[in-house]
Amino acid sequence: MDVIVTIALWLIVVALGFLVMRRSRPLFREGGKSGVSEFIHLLPRIAIGVMGSGFIAAALPPDFVGRWLGSSSGLIGIIIAIVAGAATPGGPVVGFAISAAALKGGAGAPQVIAYSTAWALYAFPRLLSYELPIMPARVVWLRVLASLPLPFIAAAVAILLSRP
Amino acid sequence: MQSETSQPVRRKRRAIDWPTVVLILIVGSCASYVYWRDGPATFLEVVWNDSELFVSMLVKVLAGCLTAAFLTILLPRETVSRWVGADSGLKGILVSTFAGIILPGGPFTIFPIAGAFVAMGADIAAAVTLITSWTLLGLNRVLTWEMPFLGFDFVTWRWMAALPLPILAGLFVRAIEKRFKSKAAAP
Repeated sequence: MDVIVTIALWLIVVALGFLVMRRSRPLFREGGKSGVSEFIHLLPRIAIGVMGSGFIAAALPPDFVGRWLGSSSGLIGIIIAIVAGAATPGGPVVGFAISAAALKGGAGAPQVIAYSTAWALYAFPRLLSYELPIMPARVVWLRVLASLPLPFIAAAVAILLSRP
Repeated sequence: MQSETSQPVRRKRRAIDWPTVVLILIVGSCASYVYWRDGPATFLEVVWNDSELFVSMLVKVLAGCLTAAFLTILLPRETVSRWVGADSGLKGILVSTFAGIILPGGPFTIFPIAGAFVAMGADIAAAVTLITSWTLLGLNRVLTWEMPFLGFDFVTWRWMAALPLPILAGLFVRAIEKRFKSKAAAP
């Protein structure tokens, strides 16, 4: 599965690269350069995130995660997960790394889904550093307000989906 | 249309930002704790396991970065805004959901797009739907970041559970706005 995904991703790159190349060669070079510089920018962050997921998983006491976030923790576990998600800094790696760590440590899947949904929607640092400077404040707060119930709904749907 | 207009405005990035610093602190303390509690053998085992994951991710992340770069050239922001911003109604929300799924890039590409079409007088609900869909369902994010960490089965399941959420977010915004408008209209 992993190989198929990787191949598919690179086929997309080749197809898009071809389209850009047809437009103009300098544009292609420029695009390639900006993609690679983005990659280099992300490299250390990924390294920290990946190493981090292993160490956080190893450091988390399993009985704590199992008790507070395990599949039997129910609504309380989901609420703890949502609060933790909102407090986690943004960026593409952090939340997934911690989700993986929690899963390895015995957290329930609906709780992890609530966590990663809350993190993706509310990540407070991202809100402050990207959203508010770029978009009208009214839109940002409307978005936050409309997003409040979503992690609960995601967890509920996840629970329903796992019970056919 | 000339190429200059299709180039997105890149925000200046610092080499290190404070979420990264917070992360380094968390990881650093967890790593030292594991070393102190379990000794160097376990410590090295964690490093070794994670190195494998890291290497397998790099190939995908590079592909993701190149896709984002080429797409921002091919899809000028104005075009995207026209697609997802022009329509209102449920159709606008569905189009925004789909756009969020396929649009690549980080917050510095998606927020300007959403911000631009709000500024053009487009539907706020569509903008919120776009951002929600991009953060929860965006394929680029799912394939390059989430899958390597959490595996195919789990991610597919999470994706299915999140599928209705952008539409709900858009509808919630509509409902809230309607409420405000009717209140404002009342004497």
